[in-house]
Amino acid sequence: MFDELSEKLERVFKTLRGAGKLTEQNIRDSLREVRRTLLEADVNYKVAKDFIQSIETKAIGQNTLRSINPGQQVIKIVHQELITLLGGQVAELEISPMPPTIIMLCGLQGSGKTTLAAKLALHYRRNGKNPLLVAADIYRPAAIQQLKTLGKGLNIEVFYKDDKPVGICRAASAEAINRGYTHVLFDTAGRLHIDDQLMQELADIKKATSPIEILLVADTMTGQDAVNIASEFDRRLGITGVALTKLDGDARGGAALSIRAVVGKPIKVVGVGEKLDALEKFYPDRMASRILGMGDIVSLVEKAQQTVDLKEAARLTEKLQKESFTLEDFYSQLQQLKKMGPLESLLEMIPGIGKSLKGINMDGNELVKVEAILNSMTVEEKREPHILNGSRRHRVARGSGTSIQDVNSLLKQFSQMQKMLKKFTGKNMKAFAGGLPKFGL
Amino acid sequence: MGFSIKSLREKLSKTTNKISAGIRSILPKGKKIDDALLDELEEVLISADIGPEATMRIIDQARNQYHGGKITDSEQLEELIKTTSVEILKGADSHPNLETITKPEVIMIVGVNGAGKTTTIAKLARYYRSNGKTVLLAAGDTFRAAAIEQLGIWADRVGVDIVKHGQDSDPAAVVFDAINAARSRGKDVVIIDTAGRLHTKSNLMEELKKIRRVAAKAHSGAPHQTYLIIDGTTGQNGLKQIKLFDQAIGLTGLILTKMDGTAKGGVVLAAATQFKIPVRYIGFGETADDFDSFDPQSFVAAIFDSKSDD
Ligand SMILES: Nc1nc2c(ncn2[C@@H]2O[C@H](COP(=O)(O)OP(=O)(O)O)[C@@H](O)[C@H]2O)c(=O)[nH]1
Ligand SMILES: [Mg+2]
Repeated sequence: MFDELSEKLERVFKTLRGAGKLTEQNIRDSLREVRRTLLEADVNYKVAKDFIQSIETKAIGQNTLRSINPGQQVIKIVHQELITLLGGQVAELEISPMPPTIIMLCGLQGSGKTTLAAKLALHYRRNGKNPLLVAADIYRPAAIQQLKTLGKGLNIEVFYKDDKPVGICRAASAEAINRGYTHVLFDTAGRLHIDDQLMQELADIKKATSPIEILLVADTMTGQDAVNIASEFDRRLGITGVALTKLDGDARGGAALSIRAVVGKPIKVVGVGEKLDALEKFYPDRMASRILGMGDIVSLVEKAQQTVDLKEAARLTEKLQKESFTLEDFYSQLQQLKKMGPLESLLEMIPGIGKSLKGINMDGNELVKVEAILNSMTVEEKREPHILNGSRRHRVARGSGTSIQDVNSLLKQFSQMQKMLKKFTGKNMKAFAGGLPKFGL
Repeated sequence: MGFSIKSLREKLSKTTNKISAGIRSILPKGKKIDDALLDELEEVLISADIGPEATMRIIDQARNQYHGGKITDSEQLEELIKTTSVEILKGADSHPNLETITKPEVIMIVGVNGAGKTTTIAKLARYYRSNGKTVLLAAGDTFRAAAIEQLGIWADRVGVDIVKHGQDSDPAAVVFDAINAARSRGKDVVIIDTAGRLHTKSNLMEELKKIRRVAAKAHSGAPHQTYLIIDGTTGQNGLKQIKLFDQAIGLTGLILTKMDGTAKGGVVLAAATQFKIPVRYIGFGETADDFDSFDPQSFVAAIFDSKSDD
């Protein structure tokens, strides 16, 4: 955990240590940094305030002042409390004792309801169930067509009739009972929580069909308003849970905490991509780390698994372990890395690395340069960089349209990297690769 | 046409924000400024999604003026904060020199999934039409199910042409055809819809670059405008969106949507402290009329004025 917050807290406590004994006030100062981190992650102002207040006593009480590393101690407490507040454990979707299990999806415009409906339907079908999708968004242009197209692609039935949303949902429930569907998913129109008439419409659907789950579908990128949205939807409908969408982006997702804190309902599923199987359970511990900006190493590894050529990765790993990693391999690694996305967003996912690479400045342009330099080297030079004497370096610089300094600095960085990689190989790396949990619902 | 500030204010006050307190409830007239009051001010700013960094900047300025004895009461404080915010927003507008564009003017619309791109295109089309321009839409979202149909319905409703290919076809090819069609039909403006994408997906950002390149090939100087659509409910992630979309294709402006909710859209104020990309328009509803050009003054007023006390 060598992320930005840790860095800040270490700084807080380090300057204090020099000054003498740590006081309770020092802890409060460190919590101010925590608070800022939460606000940067879009945790609601009031929620952040309450949270900090509630852990202050804990932080002061738990011998933090006497611990060897008070910064890490504070973070540990904060992290743990966040996990608890986020629900502690993985929450499951309810199943009706009497089929069909009816799930109503609701939320603001553009939050991702239609996609989520299709994802849930696919999930149930894959578990041997018989789901029915219901197109109840009669307002947005082509919304019904959107669900029909998704259903067709999955070969899952989509129910629609020319009626008001309440009538559609009521008829769909009856149809489900008659024709033996086990799960019914209402895709309702997006609406504002302050739109009285449309909120009443949802209440009417609820009354007519008694769904066992009423999920608020919320965008992970939502800001401070998440509390207002969630509390209004809950007040009008009594939601049973939350679905967080677009979690595959780089939003820190403080809204998850805000919603959880305000309505106290569990987050049950998360959407992690546009593909219809990109649906997962919600892991409070991962979310806590993400909100604190501690890097999301698990997501990074998943991303790597999706994009990296596994054979090539295995070959490189072996070379790393044999300590025969050359510039040529480095080049190949760069190509793999490039496929994974903008470097910056990748680096942010890695705890510690963001900091250690700060000096190296690997932005996109830098990469282009590096590639050009490597392209201008012979195979032999890439394998045995030590043969790159002055005149060879000149040739490479000219050939790549860079300067001799660029070439020198790349070679220097490479040898530093070789050293760093050696530290990572062996035990660490194996533990890392072997300890990955299995994902999916 | 109904594109007045008045319509915006009416709309905004119709959806009265009873939930979050406005500035006036903490800044009653004539109240003396103290540190506690500044703290409460912080709450108003953060709650508007202005973000901790920009908020601290604004508050620090106020604090300095207050400690320097330049302002003493809450009314002066309110004035100061409003002017500072307006200045920040105006500062992001670099006023590009308006070179003459050979018809058609090409506008490319980008943004994350569900931000309101397609709806905004309908609004923009209507806006241009009401200013006497002829418009053609390019159905460049060939990815999302029924996205082409959605844009088609809007094209009918606002009475403009549309050029479309099939589902999953190459969006760049659609754009190429649309620009050529616009040229031969003598249209003034082409508006390009694109599929929603998260700014972190490099392959999809590459696709945008390609669309951009192809547009330039079809018509020199195109796209003349590249607008990022930002959902007004978005928090600090909006900053990352702006940064990465700008890096990929170079943005000329932002359009803030869904301002008819209770969110304040303050992330664009935070953005204005970091990027030289102005907010151009604002959307506040689901009909093509719920749209206006962006005015920093009324936006700031909407952020700060409590709507519950009028
Ligand atoms: N309340 C409100 N809803 C909007 C606004 N703009 C778009 N929407 C809705 O947001 C949803 C997503 O919009 P769409 O234009 O399809 O987004 P896209 O995926 O970015 O193209 C639709 O239900 C729109 O009706 C707005 O200004 N206010
Ligand atoms: Mg769209």
